[in-house]
Amino acid sequence: MKVNKLYLSLFGLSLVAPLILYPVFLMKVLCFALFACAFNLLLGFVGLLSFGHAIFLGTGGYITGSLMLNTGITPELGILAGTLAAGVLGAVYGKLAVKREGIYFAMVTLALAQLAFFFYLQAPFTGGEDGLQGVPRGKLFGLIDLSDNMVMYYFVLAIFLFGFWLIHRTIHSPFGQILKAIRENEPRAVSLGYNVNDYKWVAFIISSALAGLAGSTKTLVFQLASLTDVHWHMSGEVVLMTLLGGMGTIFGPVVGAGVVVTIQNYLSGGELGNYISIIMGAIFIVCVLAFRSGIVGEFQKMVKKNF
Amino acid sequence: MATLFGINLFALSGQLLVGLINGSFYALLSLGLAIIFGLLKIINFAQGAMYMLGAFLAWMALQYFGINYWVALVLVPLAVGGFAILIERFLVRPIAKEDHLYSLLLTFGLALILQGLFTQLYGSSGLAYQIPAELKGGTKLPFMYLPNYRAWIIIASLVVCATTWWVIEKTKLGAYLRAGTENPQLMQGFGINVPLITTLTFGFGVALAGFAGVLAAPVYSVSPEMGSNILIVVFAIVVIGGMGSIGGAILTGLMMGVVEGLTKFFYPEASSTVIFLVMVIVLLLKPAGLFGKEA
Repeated sequence: MKVNKLYLSLFGLSLVAPLILYPVFLMKVLCFALFACAFNLLLGFVGLLSFGHAIFLGTGGYITGSLMLNTGITPELGILAGTLAAGVLGAVYGKLAVKREGIYFAMVTLALAQLAFFFYLQAPFTGGEDGLQGVPRGKLFGLIDLSDNMVMYYFVLAIFLFGFWLIHRTIHSPFGQILKAIRENEPRAVSLGYNVNDYKWVAFIISSALAGLAGSTKTLVFQLASLTDVHWHMSGEVVLMTLLGGMGTIFGPVVGAGVVVTIQNYLSGGELGNYISIIMGAIFIVCVLAFRSGIVGEFQKMVKKNF
Repeated sequence: MATLFGINLFALSGQLLVGLINGSFYALLSLGLAIIFGLLKIINFAQGAMYMLGAFLAWMALQYFGINYWVALVLVPLAVGGFAILIERFLVRPIAKEDHLYSLLLTFGLALILQGLFTQLYGSSGLAYQIPAELKGGTKLPFMYLPNYRAWIIIASLVVCATTWWVIEKTKLGAYLRAGTENPQLMQGFGINVPLITTLTFGFGVALAGFAGVLAAPVYSVSPEMGSNILIVVFAIVVIGGMGSIGGAILTGLMMGVVEGLTKFFYPEASSTVIFLVMVIVLLLKPAGLFGKEA
C-alpha cells in the first residue's frame, strides 16, 4: 500500500513537472534515468559491471537517427529499430562477455565497446566526428506532431515508464529471483542446477535493449546522434549515476541520473565547465570510500534505523 | 628499393618497428597491471593516467627545473611510484576487503581527476618533448632507417621487463611476493610484513607506468588523453594474455604491438580494431587467455 502511494505521487509529479521545469532538461534526465536503470539491472541485480554500456545507448541513437534522416518512417518504428539493433548487439556481446567474471567481465565489455566505437568512427552512416545532425522528430503513428516539446515530453515519459515497468517486472519475477541468487552466491546457483551463464546472458540482452531504447529516444529529443554517446566516458558516467543514486535499488539510478545531469547542466554553462571531469572523479572516490549505498540506499538505511 | 613478392620491405619493416615500439609500451603497462592484479587483485584503472602523469612530469621537470631526460628517467618513476604508495595507503587499503569492483571504480575516479587536472592546466592539444641529444640521429640498415631513440625504447623496456620477470620468478624476494598473494596470513606468521610488501608492489607496478610515460614523451606528444587511449588497448591485451603470468603480460604486449603494426601495413582501416578482434577470437577459443590458468 505504502509503496503504491509513493509510485502514484511520483507519477503525478512527473505529469506536472514540465509546467515548472524546462521540458528538454526533464527529457534529458528521463533518457539518462532509463539508461541508468537498464545498467543497474546488470550491476545492481546480477552483480555484473558492464564498462561498455554506452555502446548500446549509442547504437540505438545511431540506428534511429539514420533511419529518421534517410527513410520516412514514423518515430515509434525508428525507436523500435534502434532498440532492436542494440538488443542484437547486446546478444552478441553478452554471449562473449559472460564467459568471464568479475573484473574481467568489466574489461571485456569495455574492449568490445571500443571495437564498436572504432567501427562507428569509420562507418559512413554515422557521420564520423560530425555525427548525425538535424534528425527529424517526425509524427507519432503518423498523426501526433512531436516537434512540440510538451508533446515530446509526454511521449518520452511514456517510454521511460514502460522501461521502468519492464525492469520492475523483471526484478520481481522468478527470473529476477534467480538473478539475485547469482549475485549473492554464484557457485550455489550453479549447484542448484541453474545454467548461470544463460541467465546472465538474457539479463544482458534486456539491459542492452533498454539502453538502446534510451539512446533512440535521446536522439529524437535532441535531434542529434554523436560519438559522445558511444565513447567510454559515457559508460563511466552511467556507472557514476548508478553508484551515486544507489546500485541495486529501484529508484537509485533515477536519482543518480537526475543529480549528474543537473550538475553537468549547471556547470557546463559557466567557467567551471572544465572542472566537470575532476568533480565527477571526486564524486566517484567519495562514493566508493564513504557512501557505498548511494543516495537512495543511505536514505533507506536511515528510514529503517529511525522509523 | 627492396621488395619481396611485391611487398615493399622498407615500409613493412617501418611498420614493424612502430609496432614493436607500441608493443614495448603495451608490455610495460600490462606488466604493471599484472603485478598489481596478482598481488592485490585490483585492476588499476588509473594505470593509463599514471603513464600520462609520467610523461607530464618529465616535461615539467625539463621546462621548470631544467632536469634533463636521463635524470627524469630515474626521478619520475620514483615520484609516480611514491604518489601511488600514498594512494594505496590512504584510498585503496580501506576498501581492499570489499568487492574488487569498488577498487576499479575508485581508480577510475582517480584517472578522471588526473586527466581533468592536466586538461585544465595545459589544455588538450599536446606538448612537445625533445629527444635527448645523445640519442638523436639514427642507423642506416640495409632494409630500413632505424632512429636511435626508437631502438632505445625497445631495449630499455625489454631490459626493465626482463629484470622484473627475473626478480619475481627467480629470486627470494619474488618468492615472498608470490607467497604473500597465495597466503597472506601464513606469511604474516613467518614474520614477513605483508602490508608493506603490498604497498611497495603497488608502488612498483605504477612506477612502471611512470617509466613508460617518460620513454613515451619524446615520441608522442605529451597530452592528457594519451593515457586513457592506451589503457583500453592494454585491457584488451590483458584479456588476451590472461592475468595468470608475468611473462604472459610481457609477451602478449609485444606481440599485440607487432600484430597492430602488420595490420597497419596490410589493411590500415582495421589497425585500431585488430587487437579487439584478436580479443574476441581468444575469448571464443580460450576464455582464460593465452597464458592464463582456468579458474
